[in-house]
Amino acid sequence: MTDFNLSCPIPLEQYPHVLLAHGGGGRLMHQLINRLFAPTFQSLGVQHDSTVLNLPTGKIAITTDSYVIHPLFFPGGDIGSLAVYGTVNDLAMSGARPLYLSAGFILEEGLPMETLWRVVQSMQKAAESAGVRIVTGDTKVVDRGKGDGIFINTTGIGIIEHEQLIVPTAVEPGDIIILNGDIGRHGIAIMAVREGLEFETTIESDSAPCNSLVLELLAQGIEIHCLRDLTRGGLASALNEIAIAAGVTISLKETRISVREDVGGACEILGFDPLYVANEGRFIAFVPEVKADQALKIMQSRDRDSGIIGRVTGKSRKSLGLVTMESKIGTTRIIDMLSGEQLPRIC
Amino acid sequence: MKFICEYRDEKIAKKYASAIADITTQAWTIMEICGGQTHSIVKYGIDELLPAGITLIHGPGCPVCVTAIALIDRAIVLASQPNVIFCSFGDMLRVPGTERDLLSAKAAGADVRIVYSPLDCLKLARTHCDRQIVFFAVGFETTAPATAMAVYQAQQEQLDNFSILVAHVLVPPAMEAILASPNCCVRGFLAAGHVCTVMGNREYEAISKKYSVPIIVTGFEPVDILQGIYMCIQQLESGRAECENQYTRSVRREGNQTAQQLIQEIFTVIPRQWRGIGEIAESGWDLRQKYANFDANKRFQQQLNSVACDNICLQTECISGKIMQGIKKPHDCSAFGTRCTPEHPLGAPMVSSEGACAAYYRYRQSNDRL
Repeated sequence: MTDFNLSCPIPLEQYPHVLLAHGGGGRLMHQLINRLFAPTFQSLGVQHDSTVLNLPTGKIAITTDSYVIHPLFFPGGDIGSLAVYGTVNDLAMSGARPLYLSAGFILEEGLPMETLWRVVQSMQKAAESAGVRIVTGDTKVVDRGKGDGIFINTTGIGIIEHEQLIVPTAVEPGDIIILNGDIGRHGIAIMAVREGLEFETTIESDSAPCNSLVLELLAQGIEIHCLRDLTRGGLASALNEIAIAAGVTISLKETRISVREDVGGACEILGFDPLYVANEGRFIAFVPEVKADQALKIMQSRDRDSGIIGRVTGKSRKSLGLVTMESKIGTTRIIDMLSGEQLPRIC
Repeated sequence: MKFICEYRDEKIAKKYASAIADITTQAWTIMEICGGQTHSIVKYGIDELLPAGITLIHGPGCPVCVTAIALIDRAIVLASQPNVIFCSFGDMLRVPGTERDLLSAKAAGADVRIVYSPLDCLKLARTHCDRQIVFFAVGFETTAPATAMAVYQAQQEQLDNFSILVAHVLVPPAMEAILASPNCCVRGFLAAGHVCTVMGNREYEAISKKYSVPIIVTGFEPVDILQGIYMCIQQLESGRAECENQYTRSVRREGNQTAQQLIQEIFTVIPRQWRGIGEIAESGWDLRQKYANFDANKRFQQQLNSVACDNICLQTECISGKIMQGIKKPHDCSAFGTRCTPEHPLGAPMVSSEGACAAYYRYRQSNDRL
């Protein structure tokens, strides 16, 4: 990553670390904006209190999310790309075409300027790959010890270019559930770095934008009842949220859910269930049975591990929702929400 | 995944299930000792595959569940000391003490850290010379060798900022306590495979003989457990009572002698309080006098002065003691799933994923939702 060093436009010899003054509204802050943020994000001209955008007529989708992660850089991504893809994916889950992002930074005093530079570069690269522009932002600096290096908030705006209503309440009995790849890689990649675990190969996060696949499904005429990205809480939590919101029962088949061998092995060692491990580039689509095969083919063309993992089997009593799974030995068990964080077991 | 997939194979599992049905002529009650086995049974629905007459009851082998409340109170006091970094295995953090748990202590400012191995605490001790590192040494014979190794290394390196709060417990005395109880309905045991990997089978041979009860040393995957049950019923149906080893890929009769020697070097056997059960003679380990300077109870004697070290019985409707002795099932508790849930546990078995109540809650409460 030394190449970033060479091109970092902030005079490192003068300010190798972020100072409180970089968020103070004076010259240093303006220098940070003009030399680091604005050229990287290719800002749209005049700097003002807000950015004015031309949007097509019709519905827009808007979402916001904050990103805190340790370590800031991990195999397969970093907090910058995560902050872009996470918000882009939230827009995509409404079937929106993501267009613009804002980026709010809370920096900890003493953060190496080079680290900030790397993160900002990564955000721009991620924005380009997802086809969005970062058009406005904010920077605050907190005292040393009161942050964890960098916190980022991104808000995203997207446009809806179709007539479908993609929401949990549109889920119906009979719907087929398709997952766009293997699960658990992001959470395990992070855990492996935090715990210093070494495997034969490095497990890389699945962090990726999902918008182009969703837009392709829509363009190919797939009727989609609901989409949900599988972030914190993993597949199990996402399915439970939808089952509760729609008041339905969902049945899964364990053998249909793809978990890479190294990820499965790490889960065994750490005492985690991959169904609850976080992902950053995975989503589930609820589609009517008649469209399932066509949707699956489109999804498999992007990732061959995509698969039909289950179906909506009926309405649940009292709208409580219920997710069950046929296990590898052919028995059935409940897949419930986690009560808190997944805690490693003793032995 | 080798050594995992073949033990989760539907065809083999169903073959064992039907073999069990073929040889079963009457009702039998079998106890699996280890919380890991309980978790696997409920997670995979192994009991659903068994004939109606076979009842599995869940033993006291969840270390989180049996750790006495007084020890958790002590852990919280230690963790709350300003110069202490308190290290624990993950699932101890949510177990309620008299007033609160370690997670609440953490939220209130205590430096509580999750570790995977006690040896990680030594790394902390080396890099944080100005802090006291305390490890909550919880677990059965399985985790004891790692604790012993940490103490041994700390002694070698003369680390004076490392100590442990010992809560180690032993399986065989608990089995004897269950077998000696007048309420005992257990006719056969699945012994804990990983405990025996360390300790070997010999202690179980003696118990099997003394109480005329079949004991099958069993692994943790669905096929392991079904094979263990099959071997147990074979013995029961033919009137035999022996100690047999199902988990041969891990367990040797003599166990891991290096680990045993290390345990012998560091620990001495003591009576211990079991949460929900009471005191069981010779059922725990504590540091030998030679290593007493690593005992957090002694190092922080002054701070721990006000904390009771006797068995604390909270006034609660929790029936965890009866559940761990196999007298009751989680469903039999009036608070199960209503006043006692993983979010608001009244007792420890609702906390750990190995606890019988938590396992039932997670995988078995579908009736009111369909």
